[in-house]
Amino acid sequence: MNLTSEQRSEQWATVIQPHTGWFNFNFSELWRYRDLVAMLVRRDFVVFYKQTILGPTWFLLQPLLTTIMFTVVFGNIAHISTNGLPQILFYMSGIVLWNYFAMCLTNTSSTFITNAAIFGKVYFPRLAVPVSVVITNLITFAIQFCLFLAFMLYFYLRGAGIRPNMLILILPLLLFQLAALGLGIGILISSLTTKYRDLTYLVTFGVQLWMYATPVVYPMSLIPRKWQWVYALNPMASVIETFRYAFLGAGAVQFSRLALSFGMTIVILLIGVILFSRIERTFMDTV
Amino acid sequence: MSDIVISTENLSKQYRLGVISHGTLTRDLQSWWARARGKDDPNSRINIPTQGQARGNNERFWALRDLSFEVERGSKIGIIGRNGAGKSTLLKVLSRITAPSSGKAKIKGRVASLLEVGTGFHPELTGRENIYLNGAILGMSKIETKKKLDEIVSFAGVEKFLDTPVKRYSSGMYVRLAFAVAAHLEPEILIIDEVLAVGDAEFQKKCLGKMDDVSKTGRTVLFVSHNMQAIRSLCPKSMLLNKGEIVTFTATEETLSAYNQSLRNIEIGAETSINNEQNRRGSGAVRFTSVEVKDVESNRRFDFGMGETIRFEMSYETFKEMPGLAVYIGLRSGMTRELVTSAQHVLSTKKISAGTKGTVVVEFPDTYVRPGEYPLYIYISDTDLKSYDFDVLDDLISPLIITSDGELNHSNFNPKRPVGYFSLPSRIVLNEILS
Repeated sequence: MNLTSEQRSEQWATVIQPHTGWFNFNFSELWRYRDLVAMLVRRDFVVFYKQTILGPTWFLLQPLLTTIMFTVVFGNIAHISTNGLPQILFYMSGIVLWNYFAMCLTNTSSTFITNAAIFGKVYFPRLAVPVSVVITNLITFAIQFCLFLAFMLYFYLRGAGIRPNMLILILPLLLFQLAALGLGIGILISSLTTKYRDLTYLVTFGVQLWMYATPVVYPMSLIPRKWQWVYALNPMASVIETFRYAFLGAGAVQFSRLALSFGMTIVILLIGVILFSRIERTFMDTV
Repeated sequence: MSDIVISTENLSKQYRLGVISHGTLTRDLQSWWARARGKDDPNSRINIPTQGQARGNNERFWALRDLSFEVERGSKIGIIGRNGAGKSTLLKVLSRITAPSSGKAKIKGRVASLLEVGTGFHPELTGRENIYLNGAILGMSKIETKKKLDEIVSFAGVEKFLDTPVKRYSSGMYVRLAFAVAAHLEPEILIIDEVLAVGDAEFQKKCLGKMDDVSKTGRTVLFVSHNMQAIRSLCPKSMLLNKGEIVTFTATEETLSAYNQSLRNIEIGAETSINNEQNRRGSGAVRFTSVEVKDVESNRRFDFGMGETIRFEMSYETFKEMPGLAVYIGLRSGMTRELVTSAQHVLSTKKISAGTKGTVVVEFPDTYVRPGEYPLYIYISDTDLKSYDFDVLDDLISPLIITSDGELNHSNFNPKRPVGYFSLPSRIVLNEILS
């Protein structure tokens, strides 16, 4: 008799318990809900498109205007070096990459609070929401990246000294890193905001500060040698430097730093996912 | 051997009523730093004795306590109980919205929970887009939804508006569409919470019919409702919860009579614990202190034969000055909760000062409503019945039960063949049978 009940218990599809192991995230379940992720991406995109007059033009206008702004302020007024690159290309490359990271981070950081109503009524893997945000932003990135490519082609044909090289092939890895880092920190913050609302105020402000701590408006070569190690600890720094080297051929790539940054990204993502999947089980009681 | 699809062992859920954290990181760090140095927490509330540990200032209560039960495949279980009995918490734990505090629940098969219709609907999206989105949220794949699309659309009756944003829908259309998506899901276990409290009467009947069909296909249904008729017609077996514990889990008729029995014993009063429950609406300016249903001989009872006189004896107390006072008694349909009949009486058009106590008896002579169960809706407020200074009792008291006197066979409510609510006196004045 004991045997039959043992055998029977193995067939349970779901066991609901107060606490499971530290890492109880169920990837196969998220995969089963991939249609939901697709629908959420579609929703966010369609809704954005329907509610604005200019539609996707905004996606182009934003980096374009920021680039002009940076060119005037940092390039022409402050005369900050761009490693000999055309200023427009230098700033735009930084802005487009940074935007993707920043959007992933800020948009996922409010996951629990903005979705409290729906999370309280129906179960699905909560991670589907931030993952869909990262994918939605990837579409935005693609549009902005095309703008960057167009400018790159223009300057290339005009004979500006830009030298794209084989490192371009590393782009998917860099994108993965931006997405993973943004998602990891975003869900980490969203998990903490269920308890500490004041973190939400920190996010936009923090992201802005972080941008100035990252070589977006200046090249790495301007950083004194004794402070270079600090930049090695900023996972965003080597991503942007590598991207500029690959597409524009300026600056330098340090693979050890890139590997370190990749490792840090993975660790942050793992911590984020672990904390997120712990919080998602009880956050409805606290929000 | 029976096939168990849901099995729980000592399932419990505890909520902390007090402070969970101070809400901001700085305050939490401050408290932590104080505790770390062995000093008093600067943010803790005073006058609360600390029980050894610093966390002692949290009041706890059990929303669910040691629930152990099993549900067989294909059974339809009704879950009833007063507000705050733990019904919704149980559904939330079983549908994995929140985790239990201790114990565990094991579930076989896919669970879909309908705790609300239209979860995740986006007003800017069209009906079609929302069907796919809502389907995905409820766990259907795109292909499954596509297969069901025509059925869903015709069930909801929104063919013409499929490509219109749902923000332009009437609220009726919106609810119909939302229910239609949910009703066409094909999970092994369907968890439903009071979704029938929405929509018009006709649509509600359609929903009940659909749920009946669903349960006939061998799927397991857990159904929470205050609608006793719906529970009775859908679920052969029911669970009665009270204060987070199972009172009975047996045949529906027995559970319902236990429930009605328990409601009959409720003493409604401003001083009783009912007054502290969150379901007591209104501002508290006026409160019923007792409501009793009696016959002409002043016997308290809730079951009356057709044609009998029913008296409602209501005592109240004001806690604020009221510009006037009126009471309202409504008999609702046990099936659809729409109003069957009502009576409104003005008690005073003059100002009533705070601290006034009073009693009023309202009589329904010769009650010609058909046999059945009629949830009561008893309301008191100032004369315009619109202000927030009111008190209302609805599911806090037993429904009125009207029985037939046996001369005529009054069938119970049947969703497919409604018989109406009233039995007006009628007689044959001509009866010619021609050969």
